[in-house]
Amino acid sequence: MMKNRTIFFQKPVCIAETATIAGPKEGEGPLRNYFHNILSNDILGQKSFERAEIKMHIYVIKNLLNRMRLTEDDIDCVFCGDLLDEIIGCNYTMREFDIPFMGLYNACATFGEALIIGSTMINAGYMKKVICSTTSHFSTAERQYRYPLELGSQRTPLSQWTVTGAGCSLLTADDTSRIKIVAGTLGRVVDYGVADANDMGAAMAPAAMDTIVAHFKDTGRNPDYYDLIVTGDLGHSGSRILQKLVKDKGYDLGDNYTDCGILIYNREGQDVMQGGSGACCCNLVFNSYIYSQLKRGKLKKVLFIPTGALVSKVSSLQGETIPAIAHAVDIEVL
Amino acid sequence: MKLEGNEKKEYLDFVRKNSPRTKHLNTLIKAFVLGGIICCIGQGISDLIRHFFPVYDEKTVSGYTLTIIIIITGILTGFGIYDKIGNWGGAGSIVPITGFANSIVSPAIERKTEGVVLGVCDNMFTIAGPVIVIGISASIVVGLIYWLIGVL
Amino acid sequence: MEIFLTYLKVFVIGGFVCLLGQLLINFTKLTSARILVVFLLLGLVLESVGLFEPIKQFAKAGATIPITGFGANLARGAIEGVKEKGLFGALTGGIQAGAMGISIAIFVGFVIALVSRPHTK
Repeated sequence: MMKNRTIFFQKPVCIAETATIAGPKEGEGPLRNYFHNILSNDILGQKSFERAEIKMHIYVIKNLLNRMRLTEDDIDCVFCGDLLDEIIGCNYTMREFDIPFMGLYNACATFGEALIIGSTMINAGYMKKVICSTTSHFSTAERQYRYPLELGSQRTPLSQWTVTGAGCSLLTADDTSRIKIVAGTLGRVVDYGVADANDMGAAMAPAAMDTIVAHFKDTGRNPDYYDLIVTGDLGHSGSRILQKLVKDKGYDLGDNYTDCGILIYNREGQDVMQGGSGACCCNLVFNSYIYSQLKRGKLKKVLFIPTGALVSKVSSLQGETIPAIAHAVDIEVL
Repeated sequence: MKLEGNEKKEYLDFVRKNSPRTKHLNTLIKAFVLGGIICCIGQGISDLIRHFFPVYDEKTVSGYTLTIIIIITGILTGFGIYDKIGNWGGAGSIVPITGFANSIVSPAIERKTEGVVLGVCDNMFTIAGPVIVIGISASIVVGLIYWLIGVL
Repeated sequence: MEIFLTYLKVFVIGGFVCLLGQLLINFTKLTSARILVVFLLLGLVLESVGLFEPIKQFAKAGATIPITGFGANLARGAIEGVKEKGLFGALTGGIQAGAMGISIAIFVGFVIALVSRPHTK
């Protein structure tokens, strides 16, 4: 059933298992004990950082299949995306598998998009097992969107650090685990006129607010329904902006609200300015830390809102402002 | 959904007011110190060259000084050290001629994965291109102005 | 003592020019490429109106090491080119003066790129 912008899954979709692999910097952060694997370097013996990103992605999917004792034939489809041009990372990753593939792109909100589409396919009865995944890599994102890696430029206070890592979730039609995707609220493109490509938090906060408010209206709930409301990568400054925007609409995001970009790094010790970002930021945090808390029963109801800034390499140069999108996923222990 | 007009202005004002402040004093002092140090190193190199080769004229001395500084910058960039210096000192690493050298070497290193011709060579001027284009164009304008003044 | 004073002047003026650059970074949205151009033009214009020579006499490397020095070089090359070769010099004098800096930067960039690789950040 779909009400306005929210899909309510008649039979909530099970998140059976997850797999993550994190880069060295993430492995030194506060969530290091939750990642399934941590890399000692981010080039992995490859000729380029792009190939290293692909290698991480292949690893994490194989890892998930092995742990669940599944073969490629058991998976009906992989829904994935990354930040590379033409999502080329995913294309080459899926070349290594004989699984149907649907590539997605919503910048750093791609994981939310994947979870909702995957759940919809399962809930509609067309698929039984799907994998949703994303990757990002600091060096590939930096060189594509910003500056050459060895350029001596100074990071500004509003900048974020692209997370290096890969993560995936196995969604199933059966009841392998009690952790279920109950509903998903679809985002729409929101542009509040932010033109500074170095201030993604301010660009994305309005989109997050728009989806969060729509979710509460469609479900008739309040923020305190959830044990945890977590956005993708608004960062410290962006999440404060979000709290104000949401408050102006009549909802109060209190102590149960935080942001994956804030959770993944140690702000003091790791020199990351606003925090983490990237297609894998929310993915890594969700598939490691949040999923384990759901498994242990420490969290029972989570509203997960990956956020993405929809820029291209030339859009800023051509004077365009930065639109953004956010998708909300309601995950509960049933 | 696109915000326009007054509402957009209000949001942008709010964002600006709530943005974390750049630590001005901190960054300015670091830029000053780093810039000063690099210039002193340059002066030192020039003095050494003059000492060992007193026969060189000023143009030659400054040419060789430039050469040595560019080589040092290239090596530091190649070892992944220069970007750390740049992150610390900001403009102190960009404004000296080391910044120009670094901006040529860094994209070249990065694009090696695309091959020598289309990767390294194609991208060497992604940041420094404007310096060369505008520098040479401006010098021609200056030259033409002086020539016209001389003719008239 | 004299040496110390010389180096002090170099340090202060050189540092000051970079401080101006940092002010631009902090208060405007100028990126590296644009800052390089601004200071290049600054040196070029100062030399064109004859103001760069006295600054250079005073501050030596403090004025020539920043990219302002390179810009001034280009301007002086063009002006001297006009004196020596007229119109031909106006067109070629600038790039001739900048030849060393540009060619060394290209060559060094090429060689270093061939032997190194980007590092983990």
